[in-house]
Amino acid sequence: MAITFTLNGKAQTVDVSPDMPLLWVLRDTLNMTGTKFGCGMALCGACTVHINGEATRSCITPISSVSGKKITTIEGLSADGSHPVQKAWIEEDVPQCGYCQSGQIMSAVALLAKKPKPTDADIDDAMSGNICRCGTYQRIRKAIHRAAGSPAEKA
Amino acid sequence: MPTPLSPEPQTLDRRAFLKTGAAGGAALLIGFHIPARASDPAQEQEKPPINPLNAWVKITPDNHVTLIMAKSEMGQGIMTALPMILAEELCLDWKQVTIEQAPTNPKIYDHGTGGSGSVGGSWLPLRQAGAAAREMLIAAAAKKWEVGADTCKAQNGYVVHGHPERSYSYGQLVADAALLPIPNFKEVPLKNSRDFTIVGVGTHRVDGAAKATGTAMYGIDARPAGLQYAVIARCPVFYGKVASFDATKAKAVPGVRDVFQIETSGRGASTTGGIAVVADNSWAAIQGRKALEVKWEEGAAASESSEELRKQFVANAAKSGGVIRNEGDADAALAAASNKVEAVYELPFAAHVCMEPMNCTVHIEADRAEAWVPTQAPQWAQAVISEASKLPPEKVIVHTTQMGGGFGRRYQADFVMEAAQVAKKTGKPVMVVWTREDDMHHDFYRPASYHKCQGVVDKAGNLAAWKHFQTSTSIAAKWSPKGEEDNGQGEFGTGATVPYKSPNLRIEYTLAHSSAPRAWWRSVEHSSSGFVVESFVDELAASAGQDALEFRLKLLGDPRKLPQFGQDPDAPPLDTARLVAVLKLAAEKAGWGKPLPDGEGRGIAGFFSFDTYTAAVAEVSVKSRELKVKRLVCTVDCGRVVNPNGVRAQVESAAIYALTATLKNAITVERGRIVQSNFNDYQMIRMKEAPPIEVHLVASEEKPTGIGEPTVPVIAPALCNAIFNATRNRKQDVRIQRLPIRAEDLA
Repeated sequence: MAITFTLNGKAQTVDVSPDMPLLWVLRDTLNMTGTKFGCGMALCGACTVHINGEATRSCITPISSVSGKKITTIEGLSADGSHPVQKAWIEEDVPQCGYCQSGQIMSAVALLAKKPKPTDADIDDAMSGNICRCGTYQRIRKAIHRAAGSPAEKA
Repeated sequence: MPTPLSPEPQTLDRRAFLKTGAAGGAALLIGFHIPARASDPAQEQEKPPINPLNAWVKITPDNHVTLIMAKSEMGQGIMTALPMILAEELCLDWKQVTIEQAPTNPKIYDHGTGGSGSVGGSWLPLRQAGAAAREMLIAAAAKKWEVGADTCKAQNGYVVHGHPERSYSYGQLVADAALLPIPNFKEVPLKNSRDFTIVGVGTHRVDGAAKATGTAMYGIDARPAGLQYAVIARCPVFYGKVASFDATKAKAVPGVRDVFQIETSGRGASTTGGIAVVADNSWAAIQGRKALEVKWEEGAAASESSEELRKQFVANAAKSGGVIRNEGDADAALAAASNKVEAVYELPFAAHVCMEPMNCTVHIEADRAEAWVPTQAPQWAQAVISEASKLPPEKVIVHTTQMGGGFGRRYQADFVMEAAQVAKKTGKPVMVVWTREDDMHHDFYRPASYHKCQGVVDKAGNLAAWKHFQTSTSIAAKWSPKGEEDNGQGEFGTGATVPYKSPNLRIEYTLAHSSAPRAWWRSVEHSSSGFVVESFVDELAASAGQDALEFRLKLLGDPRKLPQFGQDPDAPPLDTARLVAVLKLAAEKAGWGKPLPDGEGRGIAGFFSFDTYTAAVAEVSVKSRELKVKRLVCTVDCGRVVNPNGVRAQVESAAIYALTATLKNAITVERGRIVQSNFNDYQMIRMKEAPPIEVHLVASEEKPTGIGEPTVPVIAPALCNAIFNATRNRKQDVRIQRLPIRAEDLA
């Protein structure tokens, strides 16, 4: 079944099974591997993308449900890592293994779009759906404050 | 790609070789050797080295330096720390150097990354290689200028001389330098550490940008042309087998291309194989597997359970174990004492749970094979593919990719074995993808263990007896060629090198039987030993009415160097002065002894592992049955710090990894299978539970030692000791003696 949507600002049509999750369409059909598979059950956040600006777990989002919608993936944030959140991530040396960080960044960008100056509690709420097995949470928190241009509330 | 070395290299030291005239122009290329890790049973089956080289420094006319190394990056930051060491000794501008992952080559032995050994093991060889190249470049410049080499110096990628200063870039010198003999690595002058400008300076990760833009390539991102995707239906019971299967419904799933049985075997296998479902994409393969009908022959392990294992533990603990270490007469001292302290500690199986689930991509053709593998052991991957394909190893190229976590899990080759079997059948490039459920059900788990500790403190506050009995499902029993005959020093690690002085000391071990695959999990046996030793010493302190820190310092006493028990005689000894220093620093930074509100407490722990000294103070509040970790203060003495930024990141990481194991779920077994399956029932610490972590590093001139793992062992005991202190004013204080901590254990 042909489904058309906007992917990182460009029209994209795919012909796949309608129940195929967006995650696998991105990764295996379109070879856009920046979005990661972590759990397949919306438990870890590694697959987070934006659908019409909302942070969404692509691993449980059937492709049929995104018809006509605007999707942004990590590849669409910036061509060169110049998005303020990406810059903050690099500056704070957030990534270790880095596997979860596409999802973390997409969640953080969505948070900052809604709350340009998030509190620690806002960060806890927005980011607790994203697991980082390397335990980079403290640096993620600092990077979000940095991207927001506000001093960190706590270490 | 490293250039194959000439058959007759100029040799001064057997381990240093030179090659000139690389394709595309002159280059200075120096090959050398870096050890993989300390002795490791998994490697014992591999062949001895054909060629001792496994690392190269390449300097090209464009004045660029490439470090080519067979080390795997799994997040621990070695792709940054290792070139820093080279850049320091070679006097480079940091921007001049990049690191490249060496692919396997039958002539390159000793690929392997584990045991927190990369920086420590590479420190001297990298310095020697850098210094050798630097001396050759200086000599080449001196010859051109017709001046003495001692009047020239290397700085920021140039050799400079005289007033007014004249200079050649390294790139301009490589053609001449390559004609010179390589200095003997053992005699080449190394920089004075006072002149270091790169080592010891906090440096950004070299892979930060790739990982912040989604462009870093992990194993699961390999996309060779024509790639197919496969998942495997495996028997949920350990080492159960396929009895029969019906692929009709699976083959009817759109996108599914083939369904067939594969078999895996040998010590490296986590299962006996299963049914492979090959499809156009991962999703179709997963759907095909759901539709597949398989009957399993569950086998003998189907009766195993965690409950049954615990019965084994209790029965074993009722008897004496095999004596691992015995000094004085602990049993007599315990029998004679009226104030004996006894405690039992329990730790469950633990899963690695790398964020990137296991995967492996293999393409086997008639005369060659190529693989993309997120592996800590590329050489083993190559051997496994060679065996499956019947191709000689030199026809098997393994590309080591970035890894979405390793933690020891990726030192295994079970996932490579499966992919090789599937690829052999299809003849096309195929990625075997593991779902999260596959990853949790078929891990090699941290052993479950049960410890009985007994001790006596005499009237003077000294330890009069220390006895530690352990029974566990050992790693050695799974991996040693001797199998269950090999108790592998009984899994105590440095827990058997008890730093607390006692005239009577006895350590015993009994193996417990389980079919669950076990292997190295971040910090290995130290994860249990740290918890047990540092919890029990705390109990002894409390029983003697002593402050937990003061008691430890008293028992550590005057500085002593203790040989690591059961280890190689040249393993660095445990220096009690360095352990004292990290404990004191943690206490000072955490405000040890300062009053806290009711229901709050601090706990301390210190440990020695991977030749590194770590301590932690945890600050917690316990309100009814609710535990909150408010703060962790971690201290480390890992010798000379190469990249302080990277070291801090590893401490933060190890602390969170250990917190998950302390506070979240156990891996349990029922009917011979792992119960937990995904992040719903095997939970991880998340942002809102992550406490602030302060990291303090001890300045040291000693050789660098491990950092990826050694903070893990101190977190659980510091936390549990803090819970005790937070509940001391209650009717009943709380001693946590089994992990993970359960709400019912808090009251």
